[in-house]
Amino acid sequence: MTSTILEMRDITKTFPGVKALSNVNLSVEEGEIHAVVGENGAGKSTLMKVLSGVYPAGTYDGQIVFQGQECQFKGIHDSEHKGIVIIHQELALVPMLSITENIFLGNENARYGVIDWDANEARTAALLKKVGLKEDPKTLITNIGVGKQQLVEIAKALSKDVKLLILDEPTASLSEKDSQALLDLLLEFKRQGMTSILISHKLNEINRVADKVTVIRDGRTIETLAKKDISEDRIITSMVGRSLDDRYPPREPNIGEVVFEVKNWSVYHPLHAERQVIKGIDINVRKGEVVGIAGLMGAGRTEFAMSLFGRSYGRRITGEVLLKGKPVDVSSVSKAVQHGIAYVTEDRKTYGLNLIDHIKHNITLANLSGVSRHSVIDDLRELAVANDYRKKTNIRASSVYQLTGNLSGGNQQKVVLSKWLFADPDVLILDEPTRGIDVGAKYEIYTIIARLASEGKAIVVISSEMPELLGITDRIYVMNEGRIVGEMAAADASQEKIMRAIVRGEGKAA
Amino acid sequence: MSTESAPAPQGNIAEDQRPRIAVSALTTNLREYGLIIALIVIMLFFQFTTSGTLFKPVNLSNLVQQNSFIIVMALGMLLVIVSGYIDLSVGSVAGFIGALAANMMVIWQLGPLSNPLVVSIVCLVVGGLIGAAQGYWIAYHRIPSFIVTLAGMLIFRGICQALLGGGSSVGPLPDDFKALSSGFIPDVIGPLTLIPPTVNAAGKTILGSGLTLHMTTVVLGLIAVVAYAYFGLRTRRKRERHGYEAEPFALFVIKTLVASALALFLVYEFASYRGLPVVLLVMGVLITLFVFVTKRMTIGRRIYAMGGNPKAAQLSGINTERLTLLVFINMGVLSALGGLIIAARLGQAVPAAGLGSELDVIAAVFIGGASAMGGVGQVIGAVVGGFIMGVMNNGMSIMGVNVDWQQVVKGLVLLGAVIFDVYNKNKA
Repeated sequence: MTSTILEMRDITKTFPGVKALSNVNLSVEEGEIHAVVGENGAGKSTLMKVLSGVYPAGTYDGQIVFQGQECQFKGIHDSEHKGIVIIHQELALVPMLSITENIFLGNENARYGVIDWDANEARTAALLKKVGLKEDPKTLITNIGVGKQQLVEIAKALSKDVKLLILDEPTASLSEKDSQALLDLLLEFKRQGMTSILISHKLNEINRVADKVTVIRDGRTIETLAKKDISEDRIITSMVGRSLDDRYPPREPNIGEVVFEVKNWSVYHPLHAERQVIKGIDINVRKGEVVGIAGLMGAGRTEFAMSLFGRSYGRRITGEVLLKGKPVDVSSVSKAVQHGIAYVTEDRKTYGLNLIDHIKHNITLANLSGVSRHSVIDDLRELAVANDYRKKTNIRASSVYQLTGNLSGGNQQKVVLSKWLFADPDVLILDEPTRGIDVGAKYEIYTIIARLASEGKAIVVISSEMPELLGITDRIYVMNEGRIVGEMAAADASQEKIMRAIVRGEGKAA
Repeated sequence: MSTESAPAPQGNIAEDQRPRIAVSALTTNLREYGLIIALIVIMLFFQFTTSGTLFKPVNLSNLVQQNSFIIVMALGMLLVIVSGYIDLSVGSVAGFIGALAANMMVIWQLGPLSNPLVVSIVCLVVGGLIGAAQGYWIAYHRIPSFIVTLAGMLIFRGICQALLGGGSSVGPLPDDFKALSSGFIPDVIGPLTLIPPTVNAAGKTILGSGLTLHMTTVVLGLIAVVAYAYFGLRTRRKRERHGYEAEPFALFVIKTLVASALALFLVYEFASYRGLPVVLLVMGVLITLFVFVTKRMTIGRRIYAMGGNPKAAQLSGINTERLTLLVFINMGVLSALGGLIIAARLGQAVPAAGLGSELDVIAAVFIGGASAMGGVGQVIGAVVGGFIMGVMNNGMSIMGVNVDWQQVVKGLVLLGAVIFDVYNKNKA
């Protein structure tokens, strides 16, 4: 029979003014994959920090029993010693060190401080084989993709004789293919008897691999579902506390003339001058239309969008951008903004927000002239604008003076959106607008998109989640390897059709 | 159809807002208040240990004149550091400009071009060009500012020494020029004698006896205090009229009263000596200007955004390259002004002018609460930081503390201030 490997009992953790967790219970059986789901800010990460000792024993109430022993972890070192290893969403690898150096960082096979590199590399090779990564152990981390870096993290965990592996949003930045491979690996580990906790937003993944699901909402355990009860609808209902009959808001498209056109757009890689990243793309968007760009990770969608937006990516950019039939100069971001083009980045923390400044200053940053006269900022007008957009996009914060770095992902995304809405663009390019945010916030973002379209804006949505594109767009372009390989009305489109276009496109490119 | 879209609880945001703003007004400004309080405590400490010398009008005038160049350069350095850069060349640039000015006025005999005013303007332009030259590499070629300005530090110190013919000094400089540092504003209103000076048996007046007030200084001080209170009140009114919470009225009154009392005390001190030093007036105008630029103008906001996240700033349509260039041009101009002030104070150009002052300037900015990561820092903080350094220099010198130990103390104060900052941030 299976036995319980981990039992967290009545965990309560309070921060000044906030109860992050109240009486949370989590019980994990040996050898299972246990998914923990919940909206952003529900308390999943806090719970895992309690478990791994980031919040040391004594700073929370409740008990942690691991392998039959009550544990009082004083730090990550203690929990790792017991075989509990956590892999964070933001990878903690040193880019300029090799795979081997990263795997054994702080844990080197050394005698009197002298490292035995041959032994380390041999062990690394064995570990890489286990996780199915075909790379030279001497390769620098910076030279491999995010998907492979994730595998290195897992190999690192394995090197520590892991008994319980915790993965925090492991597929958030992986392509479909890499995600599948990672999930397969998890299943393989399970066959070998390892226990894992998987924190994820992607319900289809949970559906596929999880044996049990624990749902957390507002710092409380709502329920734990057994394999037979797991279904997307059931999880969503439990997560948001009500059933979301429709995951996409209804919309009556009112589509006008062509507003935005791109003709024969080509871009070369910024570093490898010979590599053509975007190969002669033509697209157009109409007034009030939501156009999707589908494709796999690495298809060049972000590169395309950023090169359009003030040449923020790439070199030797050629092609034409037309607004309402007239060619326009978009060679700098400020020119693009002046012509009414806005780009909402996929990476809000790196490219979207000043995390050490508050909501108000972030919202007005792209349109300071809108709150100033003769370059002097009218503080009160700015405050009114910020409060207005906070209400419009439903940003949940104590006030507009809260630092954006302290907001949850969904609310950060709403701040970035507000910033660009205040710039009042005619054409809005949204790059993965719902990445890493929870179901409830997603719905809110979709509602905003629908409202903007009904106001007559032309909208481009880049997304890797095909159901999302099918749910909110009117027309979908399919992109692969820097080309448009398909175009279809959303009404006629399906996930299969999109995948078929990609696969056919791949054949063409080869 | 339902467009209801907020599954998570909304919270009692509206109800909580009132007390929170009152508290946050206090806590957000706590660092600034704390710094000013620290300065006052340090001043009182030295007042005590120097048996009352520190607050003597003549010493206060000295203190201002000795430290003004640090504060002038700290204004530029604040913007550089907030932008996420550093400038190590300011001391050398100041030295070079001083040498250039002295040569133009004393050695080269340029006719009308040797006029102190013309020389000053030329020097400020040259400073701007130096800033542009360094900023160009930093902004457009992404060479780390540490390296570019380290090179600048060596280059301009070298040129400074070469201009002075290797080790000698050039002077004396014209009196008109020296007035920039050691002059006082003229008393256009005329003095007011409250207590006539004592006349000794030989029929000579005893220096420093009696009490005569420099009335122009008094009037200027009163105008400044009234303006400060007026604008404070006006801002409050405007906020309230638009329905926003302002800080509690009692807090506002106390703040204004304390600030006014301190200002009037200083005005009295200066007025009872020879009036407002010219350089203090220059400094006051510059400080006001920089506070306004950083707090109220779009370019200031953009500088903070660039320091906070350069990529996000760029993708928001901010021309970060040009902004970086402007920040360094500004630094160059202020370094030049600093150089002119040093030369005017010494009455001659010397090879060691401004030597090591870049460190004092940078220390002032960090004591003032700026972050080495960029994006954080206040003008007032940098100014108070500069004065803390200045008061310590002055106080310890009067106490007769050895220069070597003065450096040790200054280093400890810098370290302590930054540790205090980091500790506070982690606690919050």
